[in-house]
Amino acid sequence: MNKHPQKAKNRGYWLTLLPLYLFTIIFVGAPLLYMLVLSFLQRAETWGITGQFTFRNYAQIFQPVYLKTFADSLKLAFLSTGIIALIGYPFGYFMAKLSPKGKKWMMLALMVPFWTNSLIRLYGWIIIFRANGTLDQILMGLNITQSPLKLLYTYPAVVVGMVYALLQFMIFSVYSSAEKMDWKLVEAARDLGASPLKAFLTVTLKLTLPGLLSGVILTFIPSMGLFFIADILGGNKVVLVGSLIQDQLVKAHNTPFAAALSVVLMLMTTLMIALYKKIAGGKELEGLI
Amino acid sequence: MSDQILQLKQIEKSFGNTKVLDGIDLQLHRGEFITLLGASGCGKTTTLRIIAGLETPDSGSVLLDGVDVTAVPPEKRNVNTVFQNYALFPHMSVADNIGYGLKLKKVSKSEIQAKVKEMLELVQLSEYGSRMPAELSGGQRQRVAIARALAVQPQILLLDEPLGALDLQLRRQMQFELKRLQKQLGITFLYITHDQEEALNMSDRIAVMRQGRFEQIGTPNEIYDSPKTAYVAKFVGEANILKGKVTQSGKVVCVETAAGTALAICKRCGAAEGKSVSIAVRSENVSFAPYQPDAQGLAAVIREKNFAGGMLRIVLELKDGQTLIASRHGIDLPAQVGDEMTVFWNAEQAIVVEDVEEGKL
Repeated sequence: MNKHPQKAKNRGYWLTLLPLYLFTIIFVGAPLLYMLVLSFLQRAETWGITGQFTFRNYAQIFQPVYLKTFADSLKLAFLSTGIIALIGYPFGYFMAKLSPKGKKWMMLALMVPFWTNSLIRLYGWIIIFRANGTLDQILMGLNITQSPLKLLYTYPAVVVGMVYALLQFMIFSVYSSAEKMDWKLVEAARDLGASPLKAFLTVTLKLTLPGLLSGVILTFIPSMGLFFIADILGGNKVVLVGSLIQDQLVKAHNTPFAAALSVVLMLMTTLMIALYKKIAGGKELEGLI
Repeated sequence: MSDQILQLKQIEKSFGNTKVLDGIDLQLHRGEFITLLGASGCGKTTTLRIIAGLETPDSGSVLLDGVDVTAVPPEKRNVNTVFQNYALFPHMSVADNIGYGLKLKKVSKSEIQAKVKEMLELVQLSEYGSRMPAELSGGQRQRVAIARALAVQPQILLLDEPLGALDLQLRRQMQFELKRLQKQLGITFLYITHDQEEALNMSDRIAVMRQGRFEQIGTPNEIYDSPKTAYVAKFVGEANILKGKVTQSGKVVCVETAAGTALAICKRCGAAEGKSVSIAVRSENVSFAPYQPDAQGLAAVIREKNFAGGMLRIVLELKDGQTLIASRHGIDLPAQVGDEMTVFWNAEQAIVVEDVEEGKL
């Protein structure tokens, strides 16, 4: 074997990948590093930061008020992800069983809301939820409730907002793995003696699990950080890590603390992905990594 | 215990406006190897799916061992399928695939292990139990699919074109092995294929299907030597078909065709004088010699010669424009394209067949 063409080939290979590496280093690696360094620096008395190294920012997170924020965020993320999975899995599953034409229309129907700004869509929820808003009018009109529910600025409103904002990620990722499934396998299971439920549990669910799990990641991670939903629909009653970071950065100008909070948030999500990889048995993430 | 393990009675099935099965009847004998042979779209896979319970007939009934199972779901029928593309569970090892059916039957772990081992030995894959399906070759996957279906000890094994995805050499080897398995186990095999060679090689009986009906059911010999219809003769033996009118009946029948008078024998039909019939002659039985005006036979011109599948095929055009195909061993012969020939055959090598038109089915 001649080694030289191989070398030349390798050089070409690296050259073509170079822009990708540069992009990643400049726009992903460097900012992350900057944030990491920042999180260990001290805040100046008046304005900006001092170059002094400290663990104080991280220690500060362990104050009960901040721990509670993390706990609340996790709780909300788990709750909304759970609801999203319960709605999104069957949705994606049945969508994969539609006719090609049905799939196209359903896809379109799921995409249309994205043509509107997400903030504006959230204001739509305010109109629905506010006292004497659309929802109250319907419920009272049908004599189901007698007085306004006053759902706006409550926890359930935030959960609904989260589910609404993230549901389609679950649907699409379940759909993409259900779509790839060979339905003959279900027939094979039935043929070998499995009831419809048993065939679903042993074959369909197992084979669409990667889709479900990447859906979980795709919804869990953003739901930790989607602070504007909690701000708009929850008022100041529901404080999440995302809002905390924003407050520290924009209002309190405590950049190092905001950086430390971000680093911890990132570690938590990384942990989630590691956990996922363990469950999925080292398989590729569906549409993710 | 009756000899019949399965009976199909007047099964009809349509998909939308298309009638796929047009009232078929079929009896399967215990321990036989029966093949449904037909072109794609003839309804053979639908027949199999109805027997498996994966499809419900519009009318008619399926009797398994004398019991009506028409409305019984697939998991409750003691009939198993080897699917066309094997349908192995990709997330389970070979051993787990084979043990899947037993596990559902709540068989003990040690029994499952023993049975899986036995099945792996049966299909000669003893070393492969821990592999995943993706790590196997096509032929090996095929064997796993067979082992998986046999592990639950079905009364009938249904095989849906199981060798279609394999290369020719492997296909021949697997034909042999399937036949061996079937003899060894004594289970009824219902085999589906569009390959006449496969059907003739393996089957005890062949049912030739066309447009949702059986054209002829019989042993390979019967099907090959005495085809009932022109379609069977064409499909199974690639026979030439000539249409004409009977001018003289008897043991040897004279048929007046548009291209001249041809001789044939009648094996299973009455051929009264004046009746319109077709005669079937296999390409290997078509003889020809340089044209002589007073020779017995049909005048023809060589239009094409091509070498395919180990045989030389000669396309001969008759006076009326229709073509006959003759085949010879070897890669060429002295006669050239454009040469005038006289085509003839022994009367015993041409058979009078019914000519069922497509629309009349």
